[in-house]
Order: sequence, then C-alpha cells, then structure tokens
Amino acid sequence: MHLFVEQTLNGFQLGFTLLMISAGLTLIFGIMNIINLAHGSLFMVGAFVAAGVGARTGNYAVALLAGTAAAAVAGLVLEFVLIRRLYHRDHLDQVLATFAIVLISNEAVQMIWGTRPASVSAPAFADRTVTVFPSLPYPVYRLAIIAAGIAAVVFLHLLVDRTRVGMWIRAGTTHRELLGAFGVNVRLLFTVVFAIGAALAGFAGVVAAPFLSVESGVGDNFLILSFVVIVVGGIGSLKGAVYGSLALGLVDTWARTYLPDLFKNFLDASTASTVGASVASASIYLVMVVVLVMKPSGLFGLSDD
Amino acid sequence: MSKRRLRGRLAAAALALVAAACSGAGTDEPGDDASATTQAQSAEPLETAEAAEESEPEPAPAEESEPEPAPAEERDDHDEGDEPAGVPAEEPAEVTGGEIKVGMITTLSGGAAYLGEGVRDGFRLAFDLDGRYDLDLVVEDDARDPAVGQQLADRMLSRDQVDVMTGIIFSNVAGAVVPQVVSQDTIYLSPNAGPSPFAGAQCHENYFVVSWQNDNPAEAMGQYVVDQGFSSVVALAPNYQAGIDSVNGFKRTFGTVSDEIYTELGASDYAQAIAQIRNADPEAVYFFYPGGMGIAFVQQYVASGLEIPLFGPTFSFDEFLVDAIGEAALGLRNASFWAPDLDVPANEAFVAAYRDAYGSTPTGYAAQGFDTGNLLIAALDANGGDPSDIAGMRAALREANFDSVRGGFEFNSNNHPIQDWYLLEVVEDPVHGDLTNSVVEIILEDHADAYASECSLGN
Repeated sequence: MHLFVEQTLNGFQLGFTLLMISAGLTLIFGIMNIINLAHGSLFMVGAFVAAGVGARTGNYAVALLAGTAAAAVAGLVLEFVLIRRLYHRDHLDQVLATFAIVLISNEAVQMIWGTRPASVSAPAFADRTVTVFPSLPYPVYRLAIIAAGIAAVVFLHLLVDRTRVGMWIRAGTTHRELLGAFGVNVRLLFTVVFAIGAALAGFAGVVAAPFLSVESGVGDNFLILSFVVIVVGGIGSLKGAVYGSLALGLVDTWARTYLPDLFKNFLDASTASTVGASVASASIYLVMVVVLVMKPSGLFGLSDD
Repeated sequence: MSKRRLRGRLAAAALALVAAACSGAGTDEPGDDASATTQAQSAEPLETAEAAEESEPEPAPAEESEPEPAPAEERDDHDEGDEPAGVPAEEPAEVTGGEIKVGMITTLSGGAAYLGEGVRDGFRLAFDLDGRYDLDLVVEDDARDPAVGQQLADRMLSRDQVDVMTGIIFSNVAGAVVPQVVSQDTIYLSPNAGPSPFAGAQCHENYFVVSWQNDNPAEAMGQYVVDQGFSSVVALAPNYQAGIDSVNGFKRTFGTVSDEIYTELGASDYAQAIAQIRNADPEAVYFFYPGGMGIAFVQQYVASGLEIPLFGPTFSFDEFLVDAIGEAALGLRNASFWAPDLDVPANEAFVAAYRDAYGSTPTGYAAQGFDTGNLLIAALDANGGDPSDIAGMRAALREANFDSVRGGFEFNSNNHPIQDWYLLEVVEDPVHGDLTNSVVEIILEDHADAYASECSLGN
C-alpha cells in the first residue's frame, strides 16, 4: 500500500513535469502548426540559467524567475530568427531546422558551461520531507512540483478560456485565416504564443532542475516523452496534454514498479528485473500505439477531418 | 495544412520510435554483444537517428551523412619543439621519436562527457610527459551510441589508418566496436569499459583492458559490504551490459541480494526506484551510476529522507560527481583500483602533473587514460618505436612493463588486469578544499576477474 501511494505520487509528479513541457509544445503545434524539436533546448536553457543564477545568488526564487525569463527571451529570439521562416514550410523542413537548433544549443551549452554537470539546490522550505501517509515521508519538493504543475494548468486555463488573447489562441487553432481577416495581428499572436510556450518549458526546466543532473541535452529525454504525450492526448489540445501527461506519468511509473515483479512469476529474479525494466521503458510507447490504432487523432484530438 | 497527413507521419515516426526503443532494449541483454552489432548494422538510417534521439541526451546522427572529413575531429600534432620538458618516468630508453597514430573513440557529450575527457586528457598527458613520441591523436565523440561508434571505427581504420585504437567509455559502445577493430588486426586498448563477454569466451589477442573487468569494482564492494555484516542489500544499476556486470560482480562476493532494480541508461528521475528501495527496506544499498546518473540519484536519494547506507564502485563517487552532490557525499565509501592519494611514486607525479596541466584533481578515468598511454609507450619502446609489427606489440603489451599509477600491474591470461582493490572514502581535500576520494584500506589483493578461465588465449 505504501509502495502504491508513493509510486502514484511519483507518477503524478512525472506527469505534471511532462505537462509543463507538453502544454507549450501542443500550443505551438496546434496554433502555429510548427513541430518544434528545440522545445527541449528551451527546457535546458531554463535549467542552466537557474543553475548559474542559483549558484551566484543562492536564492531559488531569483533563479526561477531568471530561468523562466531566459527561456522566454530565447524563445522570442528563436521565433524571430528562425521559426518565422518556417510557418509555410513542410513539417520535414521544420523538423530539420529545429533539430539543428537542438544540436547547436547542446554544443553551445557545453562551450559556455562546460561538460561538468551542474546542480540547483531546492529552496530551503522544500528541502525536507513530510509524512504524507502513516510512516511514509515524501520530499516536499516533489509535492511542490505537483503544485507548480497545477498552477500552470490553472494559468493556461484562465489564459485560454478567460482572456481575449486566449480567444484568439482558440480561434487560431481552427480558423487562422478568419482571425487575420478580423484584424488580429496573427504574426504577433504567434510570437506571443511561442514565447509563452518557451517560458513554460524554461519554468519546467527550473522546477525539475533540483533533482536532475543539469547537463547538456538534459531536455531531450523530456522532449521525446512530451511528443508522446501530445500524440496520445491529441495534437493541439490543451485538455489532451493534461490528461495525456498524467496518464503517461502514471503508466510509466507503475510499469517500472510492477512489471519486474510480474515477470518474477515465471522468470528467475535477475532476468525478470532486466526484462521487466526493458519492457517498462517501452510501456508508454505501447500505450501510444494502442491509442493511435483506436483513435488516430488522439484522446482529445480536434476533429477537423 | 493537412492535419491528417501530419498524423500519418507522426504515427510512422511513433512506430519508428517504438522500434528504436525495443532495439535499444535489446542491446542490454547480458552476454549479447553480438546482437548489438547486428542491430546497429541492420538499422535503417532513419531508425538509427530515432534511436539516438530516443535514448541519448546527445544525439549525433549528423555523423552518418558525412562521407567527408569530420569537422568535429580534434587533432593533436605535437612538434618536438613545443613539448614540455619531459619527465620520462620509464626506462631512459635509447628510442627517440617515432610517430604513433592513435584513434580514440570516447564519450564527449551528455552527462558522461567528463568521463571521456578524463581518459583523453590522461592519455595525452602520458605522451606529453614522456615527450619522445610524436602522438597523432584522432579523437571522436561516440555520444554513447553503439551505431555512431561503429561508423567512427570504420572511418578511423580505413581512412585515418590509425595504428592503435582506444578510448571507449561505455560497454554498449565497446560491444559494438571492439570486435570490428580487433578482427582487422588492430590492437585495441580499453581505458574503461571491460564487458564480461570479452573477458571470457570472446576474448581476443588484440584486445587489452587496462582499466578493469566490469565486475571487479563491484566484487570489491560486495566483499566489503559482507565483511561489514550487512545481510540484506538492494542493488541498482542502469539496464545495460556494464550495469548487469556490476550487479553480478556484487552478488559474486556478497551473495544473494534482496532485490535488483534496473533503470534506463541515462535516466534522470529515480523517484520510482527510490520508492522500491523504501519498500524493500534493506540494510544497505549498492548502486552503480556513473556520470550524471549518479548525481541525480544521490541527490534524490538524500532528498527522499532515506537513511540506508549507500555503497558503490568508484564510478558512483568520482571527483566531479561528489563535487556536484556536495556535502551529502562526505563519508560515503566506495571501491576503486586507485585514488588520488594512493601512495605510489608514479601516482604522486601523475596527480601533480595533471593538476598542473588541467587545474583539477584527476578522476579515476584520467588515471586509466594515463596508464593506457604509458602502457602503449612501453610497448613502443620495446619495439623500437615501430607500431607496425603487431605480434611484437602484442608481446610487449602483455609484459605491461610500465610504472602504473596504481602500483603493481600485470595482465592475466585474458589480457585483463590483476590488481589490488581499495576502499575509498569521500573526504574534503585538505589542500584544495574540494571533495575527493581517499584510501582507507585494501579490500582485495591481486584480484583477477572471474572469466579468465573461459578465455582460450592462455599464457
């Protein structure tokens, strides 16, 4: 029971971390029709700037602000210099161009910060454990990540469903030309959306940094998972990103916990551990395949076809 | 735009990802290095790219499409003129000069980049200090990807025509590259990875492991943990050849463990594994997480509030790693073939020279690179500086007539080292103030690996 509770919390924590990344990814994808592989690099920028600022100031709040802002600025520059030229290009061109950004930024980070992994300290209030269940201590910081994820969902919900910009964003996903005809500056809207997505990725990078080894390419693992999330949840759907990331976070954590035990029923312990771990690491991809077969547009995909 | 077409593509990409994920899992099977080789060879370029993207923090598929000279290549041509005044540690041989071209495939990107840098810098330092040979070192980054490693090896063997190859950090890369190199009559000196299949039945006369066989450090730690009276231990490792070797080595000396937990190679979140440790409630935890994985694991372990003592091989506690972990690492104990303060004259000279040249305490990886360089120099000396006589080079390498930074060093019948294993403790460096490892005691003396009897080379 303890194990189940702890693993479920871990699953939610992984899910909310993925959510912060995939929400931005799906916004950019749904509204601008851009496949942005460099999203993981923005995550990395957030984490590295937070590590640098955190080490200098020793203040987590300042590091959080700096990391998020740096990712937003990097996103603005990226949009202005590169992404803007890709709106009317093929998806393959977008993949190639943004993949180039991934390679360039990974190398650049190594040139600036070196190859020695950095780390970010958790804020003092969260650097301890609380008892969440009889005799089950759980790190406060991981609970704080869940809280940050919920805050990000609420922020996006208010932004998209309650503001004028949000209305434009919703309109932009389905009726882009009409939106332009009504006099909305679509180009500016795109820039803003891209910067919001970048800021979210940077925020996620800072939030996740205290338990990561902050190294070049740190965002790439998360990027792959986030793509799986938005394919499962439905491309362009924020709701899909929310449910998709939570579902995959839980599936991944539970599979890693219980599959090796399951295999121990018919394999020797050592083999079961390795085979179980291998199958578990493929579990979310299996989920994706099933979803794609049953519902090709994803769980909450826009039905434009 | 056509969302439908896009979905079709995404679905195709998704399937490729799954294929890549599954083939990635395949390379992790114990004793299955042959499968790693065939997979990597049969993979379509697209899939290989996807695989790199899927499992590596640092994909480098760009290498594939480059028929022409690699831009990322580093060359190190030394002129006799600008070499530091040599401190020839070895015999004051009559041999002077002679050119040696070495191909080094190592890991220089991602969280394990500093491992490859240590090996490279140590290797170079050996030649710099010796000062007699003209080292042409071709260094390339394998990005921890076996397929990339194979392509680099191809290029170094056919285009660069290197005399000797070395450098590989990760056993999954070694599993793919080593057979290709040694079967083409080229000597390979391993400065790090020592996967078990190549120590046993698949051993080869052209393959020398200067570091250790993968199981050895774990065997030493298992011995120490059982000597300390711990009876239940949970073992953790990444799910690949060296991780499996490490857990097997630990079990060889410790006995049965209560649970084995394998995580993904390069994973960053260990909450799930930590919950399993809490659930198993062992007396001690053994873990093998080199590079960035170790930093992430120990930080999260400390944050989780678990207070079960941690033990591991030195790769889980190298100088970079304990520095990033900070004070939480103080007092942690690990097993190693070497430490910066190991009381050996050659080691003192090495540590001082390394600090001088690179400004930090050397890691074990640098020590391994340094020993590899000096072993090669000794073999060159014995052959009048000529690396082309491969039989002569082999014979000289087996003699291992060099001053190792670890003191005694000799090769077993399977060309893997017989050496002492020490218990180290993480302490604060009294001079430099950073965290470092210090020798506490010797655990295993003249220790050989468990696979030598399966190797047919004989002495």
